[in-house]
Amino acid sequence: MTNTSTDAPAAGGELPPVTGKGVSLLDDPKRFVNTYAGQLGITGAFLLLWLAFVIAAPDTFLKINIYTAFAATIPLFGIVAMPLTLVVTAGEIDLSFPSTMALGMVGFVLVWENTGNVPLAFLTALAIGALAGLINGYVIVKIGVPALVATIGTLFFFRGLSLVVIGGRNVTLTATRDSVLFRLFVGKFAGIPMQFFWLLLVAVATWILLNRHKYGAAIYVIGDNEQTAKLQGINTVWVRGVSFVLVGVAAAFAGVISSLFIVSFFPSVGEGQLLPALAAVFVGGTSVFGGKGTVWGTLLGAFMIGTINAGIVAVGLTGFYTELIYGAVIVVSVSIHAMVQRRFG
Amino acid sequence: MPDQTTGTQPAPPRLELRGVTKQFAGVRALSNVNFRLGRNEIVGLIGDNGAGKSTLIKNVCGYHQPDEGEILFDGVPVTDLTVEKARDLGIAAVYQERALADLQTLWRNIFIGQEIETRFGFLNVREMRRATHKLMLESMGFTSTAVTPDSVVKNFSGGEKQGIAITRALYFDAEILILDEPAVGLSIKEIDKLLTFIQSIRDAGKSAILIDHNIFHVYEVADRLVIMDRGKIAGRFRPKERSVIELTQIMREIAETGKSSVPDDPFEGGGETTGEVAS
Repeated sequence: MTNTSTDAPAAGGELPPVTGKGVSLLDDPKRFVNTYAGQLGITGAFLLLWLAFVIAAPDTFLKINIYTAFAATIPLFGIVAMPLTLVVTAGEIDLSFPSTMALGMVGFVLVWENTGNVPLAFLTALAIGALAGLINGYVIVKIGVPALVATIGTLFFFRGLSLVVIGGRNVTLTATRDSVLFRLFVGKFAGIPMQFFWLLLVAVATWILLNRHKYGAAIYVIGDNEQTAKLQGINTVWVRGVSFVLVGVAAAFAGVISSLFIVSFFPSVGEGQLLPALAAVFVGGTSVFGGKGTVWGTLLGAFMIGTINAGIVAVGLTGFYTELIYGAVIVVSVSIHAMVQRRFG
Repeated sequence: MPDQTTGTQPAPPRLELRGVTKQFAGVRALSNVNFRLGRNEIVGLIGDNGAGKSTLIKNVCGYHQPDEGEILFDGVPVTDLTVEKARDLGIAAVYQERALADLQTLWRNIFIGQEIETRFGFLNVREMRRATHKLMLESMGFTSTAVTPDSVVKNFSGGEKQGIAITRALYFDAEILILDEPAVGLSIKEIDKLLTFIQSIRDAGKSAILIDHNIFHVYEVADRLVIMDRGKIAGRFRPKERSVIELTQIMREIAETGKSSVPDDPFEGGGETTGEVAS
């Protein structure tokens, strides 16, 4: 590409100062646009979609209520989409997390029924989530089964295990309402559902891990060129394995929030969250080929995916249009990413 | 032949292989190979596919252990050489296809697996950008304002990418760089760039082994050429004292007969003595 040709020395011998600063919008807007083209693209797409909804249904989209609803429901899949971004950036995939959401909750319910201790029940759920992730990681990284195949297997296995252990029961969680954790996870702060803050917290933590930590640096290289990672001494087994554990823990957390939110446990919890979470990652601009991932993109992707359902109804279209527009948004976004990749990548 | 070790040698060679033999399923990939790499020396290791170049290098890098013979670093024999041990001893292999992560920025590529941290594994991004920028200006010759530490590596040419990998190895104090077919697929202009980077290895006071099947690629930059054939060292020559045509004829003769009728060029310092050629 010509824009990085290194043949010509800078005219007049004026070399850029060595500062260690990153690409800044104010100092060099053109380079900023080139560098962050993908993320600017998804931000633009997000604003366009929102604007379209505002114009088509101003009564709904200019009032606070719909946003409160979004803030309550988007985290249910958005929280898993964050570590899922790490897994996809590492060149892997995890389709099993909807079942991990249920499996973690089975542990939660059993501990809670027997002890009445909500924090202990919560920690049990997280531990089970970590264990489920560890199983995925072992099968994929150690045994060498491709992640797509392995996690289709565990998607069924974890769901089946949940159903068998809990005997297919639905459980009412009304008695958890007085607990601190209930208010901390699904209560409200300043009128905003608490799970929204948890989504933001998980997003910030994931961003730091991916972009400002050794672990994330290894994730990028492994997804980009695993041979390079190995030759440079990166422990690829450990890094890839941990990424599945992180998804497992986040899935268990999302399972707890989903269940407390409706104050009931259904063994089907998590079903229907697979595609929104995956779509959020890919709409956001994380590459299915690995090596490129954006937490900001996933966050906006989650908002786009989470907005469509309510938006379509508010606009006055029948529910038949939901999937049509859903699909269109996904196909158009990933196409834009592919074009941006060719033009600026 | 008098025993070399009793002489007054100023310093042992950086790397030495003595009588190294390696078999795979009964096939002799290396047969009693003696090889020396001197301090601040650049050796071209030349031979056809299957001559044993890669096997020799894999023994040096710790991927394989020799069946017989020994490997010495700075005159000290190292047994059970592993990949980690080799790395600690300053061996850095640069492979064209596997050296860099293409989608990542320049600064991330320089620091793959050895990032500058603040604490708890968190990255000191500013310091890494600054160090990369300095390397770009001082070692890589990237003086165009179009290239920054945040430029993605994919857009660099093949010669530049290897230059980045060489610079990285030197930055992290590699003593011996091994370049595997560095010129394959590069245009003539790119090869010139690559040769400049290889020259920087010499300027930094380090040593290098250039593996190639083509004598033209390494003729200009190597201090010495070691020609391998069928698992043996078949000849050692000084490119400075021979023309490319002469060397090509020697190569052809070796390919046909397994050895050269031209006697090895004499060497002082790091070079092998002619008497050590395996028979």
